[in-house]
Amino acid sequence: MDSLWSGYVIPGLLILAQILAVLLPVMIAVAFVVYFERKVLAWMALRRGPNIVGPWGLMQSFADFLKVFLKETIIPTGANKVVFLAAPLVTFILSMVAWAVIPFGPGLVVADINVGILFLFAISSLGVYGIIMAGWASNSRYPFLGALRSSAQMVSYEVSMGFVIVTVLLCVGSLNLSAIVEAQRGLWFAIPLFPMFVIFFISALAETNRHPFDLPEAESELVAGYMVEYSSVPFVLFFLGEYANMMLMSAMTAVLFLGGWLPPLDIAPFNWIPGPIWLTAKIVLLLFVFIWVRATFPRYRYDQLMRLGWKVFLPASLLWVVITAGALVAFDWFPK
Amino acid sequence: MQELLLSYLPILIFLALVVGMSVVFMAASYFAAEQKPDTAKLVGYECGFTPFADARSQFDVRFYLVALLFIIFDLEVAFLFPWAITLGDLGAFGFWSMFVFLLILTVGFVYEWKKGALEWE
Repeated sequence: MDSLWSGYVIPGLLILAQILAVLLPVMIAVAFVVYFERKVLAWMALRRGPNIVGPWGLMQSFADFLKVFLKETIIPTGANKVVFLAAPLVTFILSMVAWAVIPFGPGLVVADINVGILFLFAISSLGVYGIIMAGWASNSRYPFLGALRSSAQMVSYEVSMGFVIVTVLLCVGSLNLSAIVEAQRGLWFAIPLFPMFVIFFISALAETNRHPFDLPEAESELVAGYMVEYSSVPFVLFFLGEYANMMLMSAMTAVLFLGGWLPPLDIAPFNWIPGPIWLTAKIVLLLFVFIWVRATFPRYRYDQLMRLGWKVFLPASLLWVVITAGALVAFDWFPK
Repeated sequence: MQELLLSYLPILIFLALVVGMSVVFMAASYFAAEQKPDTAKLVGYECGFTPFADARSQFDVRFYLVALLFIIFDLEVAFLFPWAITLGDLGAFGFWSMFVFLLILTVGFVYEWKKGALEWE
């Protein structure tokens, strides 16, 4: 009986507590990211943005959530019901589960698996399924076209993202995310691998279907892309999943290129601030850039999007893999 | 082996928790909100028109082509992952053998570029 407690129950509860310590802040953060986006977009357009619900409109997202929660769940007659309802679940679940391997500080990670980056890469690849399932199961024209465009776009940019990750791995020699962050002590990879940093961030915009690559949702032609037929909580799950993915991509960029939880300089006032706060600050900064891009750039055309992905990013990142590997071999700069 | 699998246990619990939570979310809303379906709501959306054919029609073959190309390059990335983390031990030999592999792949890439597989007009 004693071994049952100390062997299973207590470690189990400990894991559960760790998971909740990641999951709840992420979910609450999603609500505030939506608010943050609306506010920043408003400021950039010299408007006020949401300012009625709660102080400075801070409770806006929660009010919206409650409203949508009490709406009717519409399942079109022509739809494949199971797949139709599974699609938003897949999108939402994948965008959440990936947070299990993000390190928030030295040792502050739910699952410190030794193939962390591979796990992240796999999860972000699976994200296409939610969209293609939604588009196919809806059995309606706009979602179908939206899903096709979206999945083609996501897979195109995933390739260059993969090559970018390989360049980072060359400089680290480990797939563990904590090791990747530790390897950046002294010099963040954003500096020596600057072109890759830019390519990764732009690919992240395309991966999350954000402006200027939001063709799948292009309102003027496809209404809302693969989400057209969704209402109520299934729609909310897509929505939350999309914003959680945005945060996840920012976190990935921060971990791979901006030194994760490390302070910019390892000197007095900076290293007093704990790691999770640094990581959060970097994520918020990158999210701001996501929104800034949305407020500034016009939408790409589909052919431009595909050309950028296949004819610019793919050769560039492939070349950079060879250059990085060549430099490491030639000057013997391998991580010890 | 046991240790290795144990490090994935938190992910499994995480997954179970999120799955449970989102399903409960969906079910709760379904029962909390009033459900009043009628034909106009349940028909596929097509800007006010009644859809007159099945939506799963033919689509451009280039989407299929993109998917094919993706598989090739994603596999290549999968090959590069183990190579990238062990390059320190493999040294120059490892570098040149991968260089040849990438060169062969680049030939294929150039071919498909010239063939117009990447064109979207």
